[in-house]
Amino acid sequence: MTDDLSDLKAMMDSATPRPDAARRAENLALAQKNFEDLQGSRIAPRPTPANGANALWTGVKTMLNTFTSKAALTTTTAIVAVGFLALTPQMQDVLRPPSVPQITMTEFDGAISEPRIEDGPLRVDELTSDMLERRPVTEPLGEVLQEPLIVPEQEQAFEDRSTTATARAEAQALGSAAVSDEAESAPQTQSLVMEESEPPSLPQRLQIAPPAPVEMPAPTMRNLAAPQNTVIAPAPMPADDLVVFAPHVDTEAFPTETPNTLKITSEEPVSTFSIDVDTAAYSVVRSSLSRGQLPPAQAVRIEEMINYFPYDYPAPDAGEAPFRPTISSFQTPWNADTQLVHIALQGEMPSMDDRPPLNLVFLIDTSGSMNDPAKLPLLKQSFRLMLDQLRPEDEVAIVEYAGSAGQVLAPTAASERTTILNAIQSLGAGGSTNGQGGLQQAYAVADTMKEDGQVSRIILATDGDFNVGISNPDALKDFIADKRETGTYLSVLGFGRGNLDDATMQALAQNGNGTAAYIDTLSEAQKVLVDQLTGALFPIAGDVKVQVEFNPAQVAEYRLIGYETRALAREDFNNDKVDAGELGAGHSVTAIYEITPVGSPAQLSDPLRYAPDTVAASSDELGYVKLRYKDPGEDTSQLIETPIIGESIPGTEANFAAAIAGFGQLLRDDSYLGDWGYDDAIALANSNRGEDPFGYRTEAVQLMRLAQSLSR
Amino acid sequence: MRMMTSDEDLAEEAAHGDGQAFASLLDRHYERLFAFCFRLTGARAEAEDLTQDICAALPAKLASYQRRAKVTTWLYRVAVNAAHDRRRKRATYAKATTGWGDWETNRTAANRDTNEQIDWLTTAMNQLNTDLRDTLALVLDDMTHAQAAEVLGVSEGTISWRISEAKKALRAIKEKEDVA
Repeated sequence: MTDDLSDLKAMMDSATPRPDAARRAENLALAQKNFEDLQGSRIAPRPTPANGANALWTGVKTMLNTFTSKAALTTTTAIVAVGFLALTPQMQDVLRPPSVPQITMTEFDGAISEPRIEDGPLRVDELTSDMLERRPVTEPLGEVLQEPLIVPEQEQAFEDRSTTATARAEAQALGSAAVSDEAESAPQTQSLVMEESEPPSLPQRLQIAPPAPVEMPAPTMRNLAAPQNTVIAPAPMPADDLVVFAPHVDTEAFPTETPNTLKITSEEPVSTFSIDVDTAAYSVVRSSLSRGQLPPAQAVRIEEMINYFPYDYPAPDAGEAPFRPTISSFQTPWNADTQLVHIALQGEMPSMDDRPPLNLVFLIDTSGSMNDPAKLPLLKQSFRLMLDQLRPEDEVAIVEYAGSAGQVLAPTAASERTTILNAIQSLGAGGSTNGQGGLQQAYAVADTMKEDGQVSRIILATDGDFNVGISNPDALKDFIADKRETGTYLSVLGFGRGNLDDATMQALAQNGNGTAAYIDTLSEAQKVLVDQLTGALFPIAGDVKVQVEFNPAQVAEYRLIGYETRALAREDFNNDKVDAGELGAGHSVTAIYEITPVGSPAQLSDPLRYAPDTVAASSDELGYVKLRYKDPGEDTSQLIETPIIGESIPGTEANFAAAIAGFGQLLRDDSYLGDWGYDDAIALANSNRGEDPFGYRTEAVQLMRLAQSLSR
Repeated sequence: MRMMTSDEDLAEEAAHGDGQAFASLLDRHYERLFAFCFRLTGARAEAEDLTQDICAALPAKLASYQRRAKVTTWLYRVAVNAAHDRRRKRATYAKATTGWGDWETNRTAANRDTNEQIDWLTTAMNQLNTDLRDTLALVLDDMTHAQAAEVLGVSEGTISWRISEAKKALRAIKEKEDVA
């Protein structure tokens, strides 16, 4: 290759853009769909005028056309007779798919004077003419339809043929009256049916056949189409052929924890978990629902949905611990025989007038995948909103990362608003995603900004798609856990859908002493970065862990709703080395257990016959809650303990939390809800909206209604 | 495990109806396919559309895949054919595809992230006739003349001749511009 050609190549290489991620997902989905369509069409023999569903009628009609009326009468009578025959026990055996031997089918075909009996595989020319006839007029991709000519012969197994025979017989039995109406040429009419009833990109007609044997909607072909459709619909193709239309080819990743299962108190009386003030799951659910899709079950983290909402729990008094637990129990909305234990923590709101100066490092993902209106542009707007909340003495630095990491803005006082805004505005997307490099640089920048008495925090804005350097959530965890020791907090803001790596974002925020939020709209940015900014930026308690010990004399079974990704081992509760969630200023955290009292009819497990009878039945406490937390920057934890006592009347806040817990379970399709459905969740949430000054709870009710419609 | 499987094995499995194999095959080659489509069309939007055409047609095309060809060769052949079809369709309402007709569209589409040099490249590529352009697109993608010949179904000599023609044409365009 000569020099000018390699120049050209270099130019070409640099000119070549990265494919658009959304289009990529779309195109891959399209390919997969066409692939599946094609598979379906290969399994079942393609119906043609000569061999297909209508073949019998074609033959019979040809016959009738040449017969005198007397002969026609004889033949139709014979057909009815055969129809009856088809209902006799022997014939039923013959009809039962799919193990019918071909020879029997042939006899059957012969018995009804089928003019053409095909035993062998379909001939190529049959397929050809059929395919050509059926090609939709507007189909731009001729090749799609011409290719299946090369159908492997072995796929025309005779069980398929026999099912067609079954279908024929059924049609026979059901629709013989229609025959005499039809004198015109059947093949033509049939191809007309095809063209009108098929969407352009579906060359495979079997998939669009209605599952129930009812008449076609188009009135012009009522006579002919009715028996024909009856034939197609019951064809025994695999049920999933009908539902293959939406293969998931996007690259979103969600944590794979299964929902918490029911625990039996006598076997496992202690439940331990870390608090979680993330809100990402709720926003992801909202974004899915607003796009008209039910969210993937794994995207639904119920604790994050519950904790999305501000609650009006009693706040701690001055001089007390930084947060105050409120514990109540009340009857479960979805099961009258169980109770919910509602554990609420309300963090204090320290006076913000003398808050310490803040060092913020914006770590911004500018990889090619961020090039989407819901990503980088929304991110820029969000940061503008946040900038107004900062004080002159705060400092801001910006690090961007794509293929490599780079500092866009050296640490700058927040008072220099224009400089910071210009830097944010200058960000553009392109290249791969070296998240690890970016994090390293951000932590380095944060180190240089650190002074005594200041709070340093990195705010990582990304779609989570780390594809250079460490990209495995577990490895990132270790990396972040090291950096956490420097005292710098890490918050993660997720943007965009399509390749959202929720699992990685979770891993980062949980291990970096931070929170994860998902920003899908500007109003969400307002909530996270303006209304609740103080809580997001100023921690009041670190490593908050909850341990509940249930009293086996009172509680037979219990189940923690949500917190799957936050489970801790029992022994980790007292181990101050084990990391847990942080509580921000003014944050509230809610955890809900569903418990089955001893002797309740709702108990799912049978008591053991030979269990040692060691339960001390003296206490009427349901259980005992222990909380551990560290003051910010401290290494030793402190303990708060409080018992769970009997049933009470739930307040608005607890009821709303229960409604959201129910909503989350409906979306995750948990099996503990019985008949309780969206209607009940909507009613419960709607009557407990409380003051709701910003309409968050109203929005939740709307989402429930949307989910209800989508799940029908 | 799938990453270890060769393209050819994947293609064969896919041809026998393995949806997983098909998905990973396409996933593996999507970027490359897109880059090639960009070379063929010279505009991002066009390349996206062409890639979509190919994706839509690929499952059916799989049946025509023969083990003796490399998957990339076969894939490029599909791409070149799809590009031809697109051009043919366009030609009915835009006669000037091979000339300056696309220039303005391409320029505006590419404007955002290109500089003058790349502008020149797009323009120049668009002035070549389609045969030269296809050939150049293949050779610029590190294909040998022999491989390009296999994709386009012509002899190796033809490829070499076309490349020298393309170079001549590009040089001519450059000189003309330098004068102007």
